[in-house]
Amino acid sequence: MADPELVRFTTDNGLRVVLAPDPTAPVVGVSVHYDVGFRSEPEGLTGFAHLFEHLMFQGSESLEKLAHFRHVQSSGGTFNGSTHPDYTDYFEVLPSAALERALFLEADRMRAPKLTAENLANQIEVVKEEIRLNVRNRPYGGFPWILLPPVLYNTFANAHDGYGAFEDLEGATLEDCAAFFDTFYSPANAVLTVAGDFEVENAKALIEKHFGDVPYRPAPPRRSFAEPAPTSELYGEHQDAHAPLPALAVGYRMPDPINELDGYLAYLVLASVLTDGDGSRLQQRLVHREPLVVDIGAGAGLFGPFEARDPDTFTITAIHPPDVSRERVLAALDEELEKLASTPPDEQELKKVTARWAASLHSEHDRLVSRTLAFGAFELLYGDATLVHRLADRMSAITGEAVSAAAKALRPDSRAVLVIKPANSEGTDQQ
Amino acid sequence: MTSATHRSAAEIGRTATGPRPLPPLGSQSPAADLSHVDTTLSNGLRVVAVRKATVPLVEVRVWIPFAGEDKLHPATAEVLAETLLTGTARRDRVEIDAELALIGGDLGTGVDPERLYVTGSALSSGLPTLLDVLGDVFTGATYTDAEVGRERERLIERIAVSRTQPRTIAREALQKQRYGDHPATREVPQASDVEVVTPEQVRALHAASVLPRGSVLVIVGDIDPQTVPADLERALGGWASDRSALRLPALPELTGGNVLLVPRSGAVQSQIRLSAQTVPRTDPRYPSLQLANLAYGGYFSSRLVENIREDKGYTYGAHSGFEFTDQNATVNVDADTANEVTAAALLETRYELGRLGLVPPTADEVESVRQYAIGSLLTSTSSQTGLAGQVMALASTGLGVEWLQEHPARIAAVTGEQVAQAALDFFAPKRFTGVVVGDADLLGPKLTALGDVTVGEEAVGEETAGEQA
Repeated sequence: MADPELVRFTTDNGLRVVLAPDPTAPVVGVSVHYDVGFRSEPEGLTGFAHLFEHLMFQGSESLEKLAHFRHVQSSGGTFNGSTHPDYTDYFEVLPSAALERALFLEADRMRAPKLTAENLANQIEVVKEEIRLNVRNRPYGGFPWILLPPVLYNTFANAHDGYGAFEDLEGATLEDCAAFFDTFYSPANAVLTVAGDFEVENAKALIEKHFGDVPYRPAPPRRSFAEPAPTSELYGEHQDAHAPLPALAVGYRMPDPINELDGYLAYLVLASVLTDGDGSRLQQRLVHREPLVVDIGAGAGLFGPFEARDPDTFTITAIHPPDVSRERVLAALDEELEKLASTPPDEQELKKVTARWAASLHSEHDRLVSRTLAFGAFELLYGDATLVHRLADRMSAITGEAVSAAAKALRPDSRAVLVIKPANSEGTDQQ
Repeated sequence: MTSATHRSAAEIGRTATGPRPLPPLGSQSPAADLSHVDTTLSNGLRVVAVRKATVPLVEVRVWIPFAGEDKLHPATAEVLAETLLTGTARRDRVEIDAELALIGGDLGTGVDPERLYVTGSALSSGLPTLLDVLGDVFTGATYTDAEVGRERERLIERIAVSRTQPRTIAREALQKQRYGDHPATREVPQASDVEVVTPEQVRALHAASVLPRGSVLVIVGDIDPQTVPADLERALGGWASDRSALRLPALPELTGGNVLLVPRSGAVQSQIRLSAQTVPRTDPRYPSLQLANLAYGGYFSSRLVENIREDKGYTYGAHSGFEFTDQNATVNVDADTANEVTAAALLETRYELGRLGLVPPTADEVESVRQYAIGSLLTSTSSQTGLAGQVMALASTGLGVEWLQEHPARIAAVTGEQVAQAALDFFAPKRFTGVVVGDADLLGPKLTALGDVTVGEEAVGEETAGEQA
C-alpha cells in the first residue's frame, strides 16, 4: 500500500501545518502540538504545563466554559489533550462534516483563551484528583516516570515531577498563566495537523479562515536540557504504601533522539530483543528459566519513544518477589547485556523484532487519533512528519552490531537504580 | 517567569473583533459498506469475517463461553488462560513466540467468569501461520507440568498486585453487593485456590470447556472474507466436539438497595460504584436508553461530569456506561473522589439520577447525545482493532455486522419522549445499589447521614505475596 502524500506548509503567522488526507473512513482528526512540555515549566511551578493544558479546555473568547466539550461531542466527536516532557497536544476526532468546527475551536483558544481565577481554582482541584487517582492512591503510581528522573538527572528541568507537587499547583496564579500563554502558546510555536477524510484545498482555505488572523508572536528560543551523563551508579528508593511486591527501575541515558535517530532506534530494537515476547532474552531468563521476576519490561521514553528531545531515558522495570534480591535481578540483567555486547543478535532475532515493530507501527497508525498525533509530534520534534512513514524501514535497517553497541553502552557505572519498597517490607531487603 | 513582558489574562481573552459564531456542520460522507461473511463452520464455530484493508494487518478475536460452577473453576480457568500458549506437541513456548514474531504477530489470552478469549494480530501475509498456531493450541495445548507450575506462581504474585488496585477492590465489592456469590462475581481467583491447581485439572478443563460449538471467531482486516471460512475449516476443522461451550447461568435481576460502605483504611481517595438493571441491545428500548445514559454520565458533556467535575472539582473522572453479560445488561456509574468530598459526590450523583427522570434531557441535550452516539460509532469502527472489538461484542450476543450498520438509523429515530421515558424507567435512584470503598472512619458519619448507606466489612485481599513466599 502506498503511503498517502502529506502536504506541509507554514502560514504567515508562523503556524506549521501538516495535512494527511485519507478517505477510507468518513472521520477527521485535528491536533495542535505546542512546543512546551513539563521540562519547560518554571522552577517552583511543578505540574504547571499540565495544569495549563486543563485550562485550555475552559473557554475562550467565543466559547463559554464547557462549550468546547459540548461542541465537539454534539458534533459526534471525541477530544483530549496530554502533556509530555517536550510538548503538549490537543486533539479532536470527529465525523468529517465537523472539520471546520474543530479548526474553529482550536483557533479560538490559540487566539484568545479565557483564563479566569475561578477556572484555575476548579482545575487545580481536578488535577489533584487526577494525581490521587493515578499516583497517590494506586500501587506503583508514578512508577517509573515520576520516580526515576530525580535519581538519574540533576537539573530541575529533567528531574522534577511533571504532575507537580500539590503546594506548587495550589500556588499557581492567573499571572503565571498569562505569562505562560504569551511565552509558549504562539502560532509560531505550534503545529496544526489534519488527517483523514477531507479535501486538501478546502482544508487550506478553512485553516486560513480560522487561524489566519491569530497574531504572530515569536516562538521562544529553544532551551537545551542537556546535562552530563552519570559517572557512577546512582541509587534511590521510594516507599510505596500500596505496593504488595518490591520493584525496581533501571534508567540509562541514550543517544539524542533527534540528531542521532539511528542510534536511538538501535536502543528500541535492543529493548525488544530484551523483553518483547516469550522468546526475548530477559523474559526467557528472568521470567521463565530462573525465574526471578514477575514481570519485566524495557523501553525508551517516560511515556514511550519519540516524545522527547535529548536527553531521553532508556528504562528497564521489573516487579519481583520479596525473597529475590535486587542484586540478583541486576546481575542477571548485566550478564544478558554483556552477552549482547560481545555477540550481536543474529538475523533471525532481528527479523522477529523488526517484523513486530512494523506491525505495531501499522496498527498504531491505523487509529486515526494516533496517526494524527504522530504526524504532529514528528513535525514538531523532528521537523518532518513524513518520517512517520519511514520509521519501519529505518528500524529494519538497524544492524546487529548497532544493537550490540547499544547493549555495551548500558553500563552499571552510568545508570540510576530506583527501588520501590512495599510498606511492611522489613526483612525483605537483601542490601 | 518566562516572558519579560506579557499581557494580562483579561487582555489575552479578548480581541478587537470580538466573539465569533460557531461554524455550521459541513457535508458528511457515508460510512463505507463492510464486505463480510457470517457463517458457521462444521465444528459449530461461528465465524464473522470483515474486510477492512486500511493497513496490511489482520485482527483475530475468539470468544469461548467458559462458565463453571466448581469452586476451583476461576483459579483453574485463570491458569489455563496463562498457559494455553505455552506449548503444543508441535511447538514449545519459545517456538510459538518466534513463529508469531516473524509474521509481526501477537496472541494474547484472558478469562473472566463468562468467557475465555484469545486476541491476535499479524501482518495479513502471515494469516495462515496465525491460524495454524491457533488451531494447534486449541487442539493440542499440552500444559506441561513445568509451565503450569511457573505460571501458577506468577499468577499468585499478580493477584497480589491486582488486589491492591483500588479499582479491583471496588469491582470485587460491587460484584458481591450486586450478585452475592453467583459465579459471575468470581473475577479474580483466590491465590489459595490457584496454589492447588494441578496440570491434570487444567488439561481436563481444556478438554471439557475449550469448545468451538457456541463460540465465535471474528476476523477483521486486509483479507478476502469469502475465502476465510475455507481457510478456517483447514486450520481449525480438527478442533471439534459434539458438546457446546458453557454459558454463564442467568444473572439475578437487580432491584436496587442500599449502598454498602466498604472500609479501606488509609485510602486517600474513595471509589463510588453504583449499578442498576437495564435491557440488552436487542430490546427496542435500547437506543433511547443509550441516549439517556449518555446524557446522564456517558460522555464528558453529561450532567454528571459537568456537575461533579467541571462545576465542583470533586473528581477527575465520573462515568456511566453499560455492562453486558451474556443476555443481561446493567448500567454502572463510577467516580473516584477525595475523602472530604465523597459524601457530597454521592449526593450529587443520586441527585442527577433523580433529575434525569424528573427534568428529562432537553431537545438540545438529546441532539447532542444523538450526534455523539452516531459519531463515536463511526470513529470507533474506523480502525481494524476498533471494528474487531465492536463486531465481537455484538457477535457474542448473537448479533451481526448488520446490527452495526443499522444502528445509526435506530439512534436517529429516537424521540425526546422516548429518552425521557427511558430516563424515568431506568435511572430512578431507587433502582440502584452499589458500594463506596474508602476510609470508613472519615466517610462513615457523612455517608450514613445521607441515608440508604450501610457500613460493611474491611476490604482486603485475603492473601499477600509475603505469606506466599
